[in-house]
Amino acid sequence: MTRLDLCLALPLAAFLLLLVVPRGRPGLSRWMALVASLVIFAASLSLLVGFDRASGEFQFETNIPWISAPAIRYHVGLDGMSLWLVLLSTLLTPLAVLISWRHISSRMKEFYAFLLLMEFGLIGVFVALDLFLFYVFWEVSLVPMYFLVGIWGHERRIYAAVKFFLYTMAGSVLMLAAMIYLYNIAGTFDYRMLVSDLASGRMQLGAAEETLLFLAFFLAFAIKVPMFPLHTWLPDAHVEAPTAGSVILASAMLKMGCYGLVRFCLPLFPTASRDNAPWIVLLAIVGIIYGALVAMVQPNMKKLVAYSSVSHLGFVVLGIFSFNQLGLDGAVYQMLNHGISTGALFILVGFMYERRHSLEISDYGGVATPAPKLAAVFLITSLASLGLPALNNFVGEFLVLQGAAKANFTWAVFAAIGVILSACYLLWLYQRTFLGEAGEAVKSHMRDLAPREWAAILPLIVLMVWMGCAAQTFLPPISAVNARIIERVDQGAVVQVRNRAVTPGEEAPRAR
Amino acid sequence: MPGSFVPSSAELLRFLPEIILAVAATMIMVLSPLVRDREQNALGYVSFYGFLAALAAAVAAHFDPGPAFNRMVMVDGFATFFRVLVIAAGMLVTLASYQYLRREDADCGEYYALLMFSVCGQCLMVSANDLIMIFIGLEISSISSYVLAGFLRKRREAVESSLKYFLLGSFATAFLLYGMAWIYGITGSTDLTSIRAALAGQQAGWSGVLLAAAAALMFVGLAFKVAAWPFQAWAPDVYQGAPAPVAAFLSAGPKAAAFAVFVRVFVMALGPISGRWEPLLWISALATMLIGNFAALAQTNIKRLLAYSSIAHAGYVLVAVTAHSEIGTTAVMFYMVAYALMNIGAFAIVAHISRKGERYLELEDFAGLGERQPVTAALLSIFLLSLIGVPLTAGFFGKFYIFRAALQADLVWLTVFGLLASAVAAYYYLRIIVIMYMHEPAQATADLEPLGGALSAAVWISALGTLVLGVFPSPVLNFAANSALLAR
Repeated sequence: MTRLDLCLALPLAAFLLLLVVPRGRPGLSRWMALVASLVIFAASLSLLVGFDRASGEFQFETNIPWISAPAIRYHVGLDGMSLWLVLLSTLLTPLAVLISWRHISSRMKEFYAFLLLMEFGLIGVFVALDLFLFYVFWEVSLVPMYFLVGIWGHERRIYAAVKFFLYTMAGSVLMLAAMIYLYNIAGTFDYRMLVSDLASGRMQLGAAEETLLFLAFFLAFAIKVPMFPLHTWLPDAHVEAPTAGSVILASAMLKMGCYGLVRFCLPLFPTASRDNAPWIVLLAIVGIIYGALVAMVQPNMKKLVAYSSVSHLGFVVLGIFSFNQLGLDGAVYQMLNHGISTGALFILVGFMYERRHSLEISDYGGVATPAPKLAAVFLITSLASLGLPALNNFVGEFLVLQGAAKANFTWAVFAAIGVILSACYLLWLYQRTFLGEAGEAVKSHMRDLAPREWAAILPLIVLMVWMGCAAQTFLPPISAVNARIIERVDQGAVVQVRNRAVTPGEEAPRAR
Repeated sequence: MPGSFVPSSAELLRFLPEIILAVAATMIMVLSPLVRDREQNALGYVSFYGFLAALAAAVAAHFDPGPAFNRMVMVDGFATFFRVLVIAAGMLVTLASYQYLRREDADCGEYYALLMFSVCGQCLMVSANDLIMIFIGLEISSISSYVLAGFLRKRREAVESSLKYFLLGSFATAFLLYGMAWIYGITGSTDLTSIRAALAGQQAGWSGVLLAAAAALMFVGLAFKVAAWPFQAWAPDVYQGAPAPVAAFLSAGPKAAAFAVFVRVFVMALGPISGRWEPLLWISALATMLIGNFAALAQTNIKRLLAYSSIAHAGYVLVAVTAHSEIGTTAVMFYMVAYALMNIGAFAIVAHISRKGERYLELEDFAGLGERQPVTAALLSIFLLSLIGVPLTAGFFGKFYIFRAALQADLVWLTVFGLLASAVAAYYYLRIIVIMYMHEPAQATADLEPLGGALSAAVWISALGTLVLGVFPSPVLNFAANSALLAR
């Protein structure tokens, strides 16, 4: 049993343990959840020890049979990309427990149990190296989020929860069909075997076959990312979810989609990825600008942050489908950045909601006067999110734009508009909520940050600065992985060009 | 042993489960008038132990596989698998009925006797190797089921349910019998193995129209029994009117047995002419999935909802039959186990919540169950998630295998539509979970006692089975896969 298995087993164990806590002791379940999530975080930090940062290989691998026929294996491993995503998930869970400390007062035991189950699903998704296992974790993570939104959410929670579940489910069943189809050809669900079989040409997919399989995977991931125009579940789910739910959803769960694109779509279907890139990039850029514009006019803070996510994740997709090292590095880095800065924004909005019981921007104004520390933290987070140099998002967005420019300069031009717009809506939000004259209601309700709240937000602030100033701490393992993926995509493209060259019918019109 | 009319002891051993079931059922019938009214419940124990003995006999018969009674009965892995399944289903239903009958003041031995006769018929169906035997088994099973559906005869819906089931059921059986007659006319045999050989060997000579018509007639009869389109309309009314444990039974035992016959007749005996019936099943499977799932969306009564859901699930299983491969057969076998577990569990909980006279059957009556009876709600959630097909439950593996078989048989569009239909299905199952956990508590859940006694045993066994098969499906799957090889 490797340390990675331990990281996967602990949340499940904690979940089961919480289930048997007597219902009469809600305080106990809260403490247990906190301790457990901290222990899991510590365990996941131990993964950094002995992790070879320069290799793009999977480490801490376990590969044992689970089901004999069809051959499904419990195969997990960690590479530079999944390492950070796992750490992000394990960091956010204790923070989610902290911010729910007072906010969640009913059915605490179930709430914290679902948070831990969620963590189990998330870690699993990021480390699974067997397609089937990946699908299992993918779906397992759906259930707790459905309950988190549906039970502890706001007024329209049921609508939001069901919409969320159905959207994701509809996408993922097609992915399941595609996985089974691959299995029937290859006889394995093993990710690495599939990639190497495809790369070496032992297994070949027809062009139409590859495109359809790519689309089935892509649809599932695009819904989860979410990409314009499949994003409509996201604002609903975010607005209705309790704070902890929004944080986990935005910071970790949306990354499942981005991760899937990088991990599966590109290496498994390099040719189809390239062929379909133009319209995907177009949608990504539309998403960047559309998300930003819609965010600007939102009267509801959570909705604003939700639409800003649509915009920010457009950058991730743009970076991924630029097919170069810079773009891909930036995309993965941006996945982490978005997790941290948007997570922090949701946490801060949650703090404000707990005080004033409103998410409407018009109910605030002048908050900086009674709560200067909250204002300062909010400002730093907004600046990070809008991409101020020396804070984390800048690095990611810069790399993505550079990568996009390398692929096609026009892309970068349009995407850059999104950066400008994000400054508009975030600063305008700050101005309307924190500056100006403080009303009576604001003055009486807005306390400044409490120690527990500091504990929840400070780690994220530290990371924003750290990731902005010392990207070298985080980037090398990511680059090592991405280099391999780029190599695989280029190789796939070469094969394709070679195939094209031998079909004279296709070359003729081009020559003319 | 041709020429000898006395079956050998080995043959009797292979037939022992049916013998035990019939004897125990008859014993209950005899004992019933002798036992005082308020002690009728004790006959439930007789039935339970009878099932247990039959189960042991079914397992024992597996160690000496082979034909019996001049190849009328064939005890192979396939038969053993389904025998164990239907007997276990009967056992779970017995457990689930125990408190129910007492609550409804309907304690009486006949109920258990009918249940055992029905299971006996199903055992015969699944081990039959001859059209005549299939027909006899089907009749034993069906006639007992008709009576069971109307067992609470003072209730109007129960009578309606029973009558509908009986009238439509006898028509369907007649079609089946007619189809058998055609097959016999064409091939000159009622023995499944000989039919297969005859069909495989024939080149020209028999009219394709005749064969197709014979297959279609058989299809009518069997499609009715599994509630597949276009013969699914009876299911909601019958399930709604029948006592909840009987509804659980109908959706598990007879359905599993009918699918076993489906596989034996279509995949094995009629396998050589699969080109003729495959399009028929293709359309039926698709329509069954769509109708079941979309009609279930509009239901407000839990029993009707589960009835439509059972139609939809029959559609999934038909997809696997359409694939007519070994993997397809394995998928059918596994799915029937998963489906029996999750459906019996769900219906047992419905039986518990509905209370005396089945007053509380609206979905809204489940409101607040999550708060008032967290354990019951959690168990029902497990069954519902399994019915949706969420991983780590048996239902997921079942669907996975079915669609894997379908893709391997190049039924790509059927797979895509089936999976999308199952995503639609998520909506109505989730609605129940939503109501249980997210709505304000209703009056119906206010004075509900926790699960207890035999019922809770049935529910817990089903729930554990659902989860265990969801995480470790290998033993059951491997057994099914090995038996699927033997089926022909």
